[in-house]
Amino acid sequence: MSICFSGNEAVAYAMKQINPDVMGAFPITPSTEIPEYFAQFVANGEVNTEFVTVESEHSSMSVCIAAEAAGARSVCATSSCGLALMYEMLYVAASDRLPITLACVNRALSGPININNDHSDSMGARDTGWIQIYAENNQEAYDNFIMSVPIGESVRLPVMACMDGFITSHAVENIELLETDSVHGFVGAYEPENYLLKKENPLAIGPYDISAYYMEHKVQQAEAMKSAKQRILEVGTAFEKLSGRSYGLFEEYRMEDAELAIVLIGSSAGTAKEAVENLREQGVKAGLVKIRVFRPFPSEELAKALANTKAVAVLDKSEGFSANGGPVFAETRSALYDLKERPYLINIVYGLGGRDFKTEDAEKVFARLARIAATGETGLVYTHMGQRTREAIV
Amino acid sequence: MIHAKDINERTPWEEMTPGGEIYEPGTARDFDTGTWRTDTPVFIAEACKHCMLCVPFCPDSAIPVKNGKRLEFDFMHCKGCGICVTVCPFAAIKMVSGGDAE
Repeated sequence: MSICFSGNEAVAYAMKQINPDVMGAFPITPSTEIPEYFAQFVANGEVNTEFVTVESEHSSMSVCIAAEAAGARSVCATSSCGLALMYEMLYVAASDRLPITLACVNRALSGPININNDHSDSMGARDTGWIQIYAENNQEAYDNFIMSVPIGESVRLPVMACMDGFITSHAVENIELLETDSVHGFVGAYEPENYLLKKENPLAIGPYDISAYYMEHKVQQAEAMKSAKQRILEVGTAFEKLSGRSYGLFEEYRMEDAELAIVLIGSSAGTAKEAVENLREQGVKAGLVKIRVFRPFPSEELAKALANTKAVAVLDKSEGFSANGGPVFAETRSALYDLKERPYLINIVYGLGGRDFKTEDAEKVFARLARIAATGETGLVYTHMGQRTREAIV
Repeated sequence: MIHAKDINERTPWEEMTPGGEIYEPGTARDFDTGTWRTDTPVFIAEACKHCMLCVPFCPDSAIPVKNGKRLEFDFMHCKGCGICVTVCPFAAIKMVSGGDAE
């Protein structure tokens, strides 16, 4: 069924079709509409969900943790400082191996206070042990949220399904919905082996771990995250059979013979694809890799995809303040290290706090890559783009 | 099902439960957790009326009961918190400084 939905509406509708047992709900721009739409579904009796309104995001995630531990499939939505306030509980969810599904509507972090899009919220949570899947548009936001449920539950890790605040969450697009029965069949029933309400065997979750045990549990988590990669691909294949829409760890756009490539995450991919098309018409072998799954990071696969390029720009929509480039750059550069012949690699931090990223910006990046490929001179490896400056650099 | 008694400091990570889950109740009694006590309760048996008020107030499992009578403290589990002293109506428990009563 084709319908006109905003990204938030699409995710709320996916939640309705999943019909989770519990939603921990607290509003924050730009994710507020998700619990708002969902509250209507609850009020209308269209879902059986226990809708728990709380006083903070620390509490909304705590609700999900308790509910999931009790054996209830739980969902949540947040943005920006809300995700930051959940920080402690994100680790608890992941280390207690509770497969909660969280819609993260990406927004800049304070301060200065800003409500617009960048990825600094979820990138700040990249080491919490959550699987992270990013959407380019409304269709992907809807599809990713549905796929997140079986992915997380099969490896016992929570999943953050991310989309760009306002750009995706509030823009209205035509998308294809699955039938509700199909979604039910796809996600199945949540049947954990052990849960708090299982009266046959009492269970303790999250006990104190002394140093003689803690590391073993972290290795288990790391192994689960490694195994998630295969599971994400399997769920993607099953989803393609259902929907006709194909999902991998990342999308390669005109990469088959690309010499110059951009690597980025999220809605900017649509803009960069336009630039790729414009340059292809001029005979430039430009291509794009849009990272979909950031955790687990598709290291070997990405190295393979970029192996035959001459110059690559990694675009980070969060700063990271490492003084050595953004987080997507750090991962990509690490992934390429094992290649015998590596492309030239630069990092550009862009789009912070909702700063526009236009087709001509992507074209400027490709022009810079073309110069690097021609001269062999990388110049500054780590720069920013889109800021007012007295210097004439991209 | 992995039992708590089968997990120890030589168990490889592959044989441990996810997230340290414990699939049975009452496992605290299998572990000596009273070693870091800095104050110690002393049971004055002749003053005790066996009202049993101290037993449910004990946050651990350090006051054993048998045939309706409370017994000597279980110092494998007592943390020396002193709650039992506060709730005892008959001054049948006193606290002394240090990890043991001697």
